[in-house]
Amino acid sequence: MFSFLVKRLLSGAMIVVLVSMMVFLLFFYGPKSPALELCRRDTHGRCGETSPRLEQYEERLGYNNPVYSEYGKWAKGLVQDRTIYIGSTGYKCEAPCLGLSYRDRTLVTDQLKERFPITLSLAVGASLLYLMIGVPIGVLAARRRGSFADKALVSSTLVFSSIPYYLVALLSMLLLTLSTHVFPTVAYHPFLDNPFKWFSGFLLVWLVMGLYGATAYTRYSRGSMVEVLNEDYVRTAKAKGLKDRVVVIRHALRSALVPVVTIFGLDVAFLLSGTVFTEQIFDLDGIGKWGLEATYIKDLPVVQATALVLAVAVVMANIIVDIVYSVLDPRVRLS
Amino acid sequence: MSGDPYLEVTDLSVRFPTSDGLVQAVNGLTYSVELGKTLGIVGESGSGKSVSSMAVLGLHDPKAARIEGSIKVGGTEVVGLAEDKMRSLRGNSVAMIFQDALAALHPFYKIGAQLGEAYQVHHPKASKKEARKRSIEMLERVGIPQPDRRVDDYPHQFSGGMRQRAMIAMGLINDPSLLIADEPTTALDVTVQAQILDLLQDLQREFNSAIVIITHDLGVVAEMADDVLVMYGGRCVEYGACKEILTHPEMPYTWGLLSSVPDVTGDPNARMIPIPGNPPSLLDPPPGCAFHPRCVHSSKVPGDLCATTLPELTVGARQGHLKRCHLVDSETIYATEVLPEVAPDLAIHLAEENR
Repeated sequence: MFSFLVKRLLSGAMIVVLVSMMVFLLFFYGPKSPALELCRRDTHGRCGETSPRLEQYEERLGYNNPVYSEYGKWAKGLVQDRTIYIGSTGYKCEAPCLGLSYRDRTLVTDQLKERFPITLSLAVGASLLYLMIGVPIGVLAARRRGSFADKALVSSTLVFSSIPYYLVALLSMLLLTLSTHVFPTVAYHPFLDNPFKWFSGFLLVWLVMGLYGATAYTRYSRGSMVEVLNEDYVRTAKAKGLKDRVVVIRHALRSALVPVVTIFGLDVAFLLSGTVFTEQIFDLDGIGKWGLEATYIKDLPVVQATALVLAVAVVMANIIVDIVYSVLDPRVRLS
Repeated sequence: MSGDPYLEVTDLSVRFPTSDGLVQAVNGLTYSVELGKTLGIVGESGSGKSVSSMAVLGLHDPKAARIEGSIKVGGTEVVGLAEDKMRSLRGNSVAMIFQDALAALHPFYKIGAQLGEAYQVHHPKASKKEARKRSIEMLERVGIPQPDRRVDDYPHQFSGGMRQRAMIAMGLINDPSLLIADEPTTALDVTVQAQILDLLQDLQREFNSAIVIITHDLGVVAEMADDVLVMYGGRCVEYGACKEILTHPEMPYTWGLLSSVPDVTGDPNARMIPIPGNPPSLLDPPPGCAFHPRCVHSSKVPGDLCATTLPELTVGARQGHLKRCHLVDSETIYATEVLPEVAPDLAIHLAEENR
């Protein structure tokens, strides 16, 4: 177990480092200079490929230096305080320093600290609902396989999930908070300040994300459950004289959850790296919206930070999924 | 025969309505088993052996299966019995052991947990500790070495034979009066097969339970059974005492089964003769005798009786021996035509005996 963790954390760290390098390479050797983008924005478009202003911008942002030295500076900032100079102004950036946003010269680390709780809250609430709604309905449908209830459930999840997500989100915000006030207004309140306000501010978003995502979980868990219910050991459990509920929950569901856990792990990782549509539509300043805006203007430090969040989340999710596997299935050895 | 039968199956039919039509898995099946006795049900895949036994435990989905007739277990009618009453029988007075123990034991739970669960469900007052003690006792009884340690193993840590032993231990943990063994040795090595059969016989002597053993292996039947029931296409085609059926079979399908058993000790010139053709469709069974399309002796029956009329299950040439066949002189045909081909030495022996 311990050596498994060490091994997986080391290889995970490698992946994270590689991802951060890739982002730098993309910005340095990508088709369009990030400096040009920023220069155009600052001068309302009066900045071209050959204008002398661009030179200044490239110099200022460090694109004239070799990529490894810039990457080195950035990486060193993660463990050591550094001062970033833009022109003649120096900005103090404490470790772990993720750089300075090109757009407004705010510290990326501070922004991340501010935005991550929002995304985290969204991810936790939505993913819990995936399981709490999706799995029980899937199990129910599997047990009544072929019945009217099963067919109605399966086809309604298909219909629901074939409506584009942004439409569902947009309509529910318009109809349920703006025009009717059925749900409290969506807004972020820090959990530690007022847990009740935190809860009510996210309620609608969670329900929209959770219900929409749960449709997929209904289908996964139904399929997996149908398969497991045909297993010999389920028949054995029945032949022992166990109650139906015990057979389904203790004997069938535990096996049926194994494939669901894999998908769930990856889904949580992607939720943690930002939910672009949700944050955009409900106007929540999370990671997703931040990353999207940063990509438009080629804001390297911000894009780098959001890429790192995704990489770390995916790596961690995979490790956790493997541990959960070994807990569910004793045949799986962590090594 | 003495005493009342513990399991009494009368005119049992099991049908499954499907989108393609009605599947007639079991049709008009009648048999009985007494305590301390063993019935062997023989037949090829799809002949209705397992389906009929699952009906005894009420394991068919009531929405998918139509069950008619009567199944009496220790005097209680099981067909149409309420689910909670059925549940108190299952694993308690009637237990079932399955073919492939690796698939039939839950891969995620320890052997001890699975045995203990089977005990506790019918002994709700028993503590976890008592259930564990009982599990260890049963594992010891079926010959698992170091049962107090192996009780904490998972099924995948057991060998094939040990898994089947554990399965038997689980079946017997509540002292059932009736044990249904569905191909208990099919997935095992030959040497292990013999050990498992010995174990079952020992346990039967000890607990005096009735055993129904389902198999396609006539060797298993010869070793274990007091009575034999041969099934074909969902129907009983021959039923009688084991020795009687094996030495004086009267139905061509049973001849076919006997002819297709390899005999290592017998005449090296003996041939192993497979039964031609395929098992009948249960969705659209052939008219008349279900076996007639594959039967090489149907030409000996006058007219096309075999193809038009289903033979009744009647007493054949010998007493206490039921057969479903139109052949009149089946005993002679077997002795003169079938036996010389498959076991020449036995045929000569039999001919001398009859002289």
